[in-house]
Amino acid sequence: MKDLSPLFEPRGVIVAGASTHPGKFGFVALHNILRSGYAGEVFAVNRDGGEILGRDALTSIDDVPAGTADLLFACTPASANADLLRACAAKGVRAAFITSGGYAESGETGRAAERALVELADGLDMVLAGPNGQGVVSTPASLCAQIVAPYPPPGRIAIASQSGNFVSSFQNYAVQTGVGVSRAVSAGNAAALTVPDLLDWYARDPATDVALAYVEGLTDGRAFFERIRRSTPEQPLVLLKGGATSGGQRAAASHTGALASDDLVFDGMCRQAGITRAGSVEEAFEAAATFATQPLPRGPGVAVVTTAGGWGVVTADAVVRTGLELVELPADLLAAIDDKLPPRWSRNNPIDLAGGETRDTIPEVLQLVAGHPAVDAVVYLGLGIQSNQARLMRTGRFYPDHGLERIVAYHERQDARFALAAAEASAATGKPVLSATELAVADPENPGPRTVRETGRLCYASANRAVVALAHLWRYARWRAAR
Amino acid sequence: MSTLSEAESKRRLARVGVPVVADAVCATPADTVEAARSLGFPVAIKLTGDAVTHKTERGLVRLAVADGDAVLAAAVELLDAARPEDGDVALLVAPMVRGTRELIAGLHTDPQFGRCVMVGIGGVLAEAIADVSFRLAPISAIDAADMIDDLRAQRLLGALRGEPPVDRDALAGVLLGLSALAEAEPEVVSVDVNPLIVVDGRPVAVDALVELE
Repeated sequence: MKDLSPLFEPRGVIVAGASTHPGKFGFVALHNILRSGYAGEVFAVNRDGGEILGRDALTSIDDVPAGTADLLFACTPASANADLLRACAAKGVRAAFITSGGYAESGETGRAAERALVELADGLDMVLAGPNGQGVVSTPASLCAQIVAPYPPPGRIAIASQSGNFVSSFQNYAVQTGVGVSRAVSAGNAAALTVPDLLDWYARDPATDVALAYVEGLTDGRAFFERIRRSTPEQPLVLLKGGATSGGQRAAASHTGALASDDLVFDGMCRQAGITRAGSVEEAFEAAATFATQPLPRGPGVAVVTTAGGWGVVTADAVVRTGLELVELPADLLAAIDDKLPPRWSRNNPIDLAGGETRDTIPEVLQLVAGHPAVDAVVYLGLGIQSNQARLMRTGRFYPDHGLERIVAYHERQDARFALAAAEASAATGKPVLSATELAVADPENPGPRTVRETGRLCYASANRAVVALAHLWRYARWRAAR
Repeated sequence: MSTLSEAESKRRLARVGVPVVADAVCATPADTVEAARSLGFPVAIKLTGDAVTHKTERGLVRLAVADGDAVLAAAVELLDAARPEDGDVALLVAPMVRGTRELIAGLHTDPQFGRCVMVGIGGVLAEAIADVSFRLAPISAIDAADMIDDLRAQRLLGALRGEPPVDRDALAGVLLGLSALAEAEPEVVSVDVNPLIVVDGRPVAVDALVELE
């Protein structure tokens, strides 16, 4: 396994091709590194010198003190990179991220240049990321060496992608949801450092709980399979594959061959290796965010707790559709909930409180349900309703008079309590408890979803999305338990 | 690449524990009648040979042939239908196997992932339905069970039309046999077990085609 610590935990960073023009990558990269609070030394280098972002640029790598930087971040033209690598190696630099284009993506000359660059880096014993990549993020080091935004909040998801834009997409979801990222690399042309190399390292990275990857083609599928299946028992991998439907059916002597579209074989490979395959970008992120923030379910039994009937019904459908099971409520749990609610509650799963709840009912029911041994996971719906009304009151002309100030504060306090109660029920029982409401996107500042974010968990934008994510966790848990 | 005859293909499968229907390979119509009598009517008769593929499409399969006279007539017709490019041919005769459910199983060499084991819902609509599942060879018993669980048409695998549920262990055994065949014979690039008919809940290979490198 390649040692990628100089890439993710560098002592210092050299930005080569640093530009004085705020529209150029060489400026943006330096800006992003300095802005995000990286604590190591940062050297801006360009041929012409000058002042960039309040610091004097060095005109040569020769001016960088030896042993002070581990990482080269190159925004230089391809033609300059060979000399740059040699000069950096002489200063003790052990990793290079090359953003430059003009390599394999640009034709035969570029392919030859890329091969030469890889050989050179090998000879210099340097980790080579890119070329033609967008950058590397490492939140434990407060490092945002990227030519694009955003810088995600810190967290336990590590991202590896063949497409830089998907790194941005995943990180944008991290910003939106508050479920953060440990490491992220856009592998670009992946000339030397590949997505599987990154996944190998992530699997042993103490800062990472789950890997999230985007791949299109694989150069050696069998090797990928053999490597990944070694790490999936230790660390889940959520994979989004591009080109899922492109594999045409090949002419073959056998029916087996005719039925073997690329995607079906790929899908079987994923199931065999314990890879969590997602069908869309948001599904991939949400699965990873769920692995990162919820315990694995010990079984398929789901209890749905809802304050309204229709939501529960639709969620029950989703539970069954995804291969999870609706727990049949045991008599002792029924009796315990009976004690908390007027008789009109559903007395069935989904547990529809039917508007019978008073101040403490939701936290108490969540605790009872999550704590029951028959229940493996809870989906909680109805968070934020009270605060939504509070918002309407707070922003209207009657506020704060007529008792509105007091009731608004009460509603908002209650939703915050409910969100905390869900997190506490999960922490106390070691079971996943997922809160879902469209208010997570419709009004992210609603105290319900906002408090879910503050607990470090994902507030799902719909019950269906929560159930899909939960089903991914259960499938992985079952896979791991069987092996 | 070359193919093995149906009879030889089935022998290879039987060696790795895949249940195959009994058969006899006969050179002449008279031998075919005799073999049919000892196997028991009704029988299926097919033209067979290492170079003969796509038998159904070419009309080289006669099913439910009920008695000696019909066997004789069918045998003569099938031998007449042979083309020069078929090379050496013979007649394969086998007892008719009856079951409502047809499955398909096989081995396939994927350009990315190498050899993989497949199981699916069979029959003439198999390719249109495309309810199949793959795993990379070699597979474990858990993988084999997972493959069967992957199929969408789970109700087809339960008790159906007076027939018992499909014996999942027996079906997994077929898949493990295919995996073992892939491990033991590196020159095998594909195997097509089609149909794999479910008789009293147990899968039996009724036709097979092994393709060698």
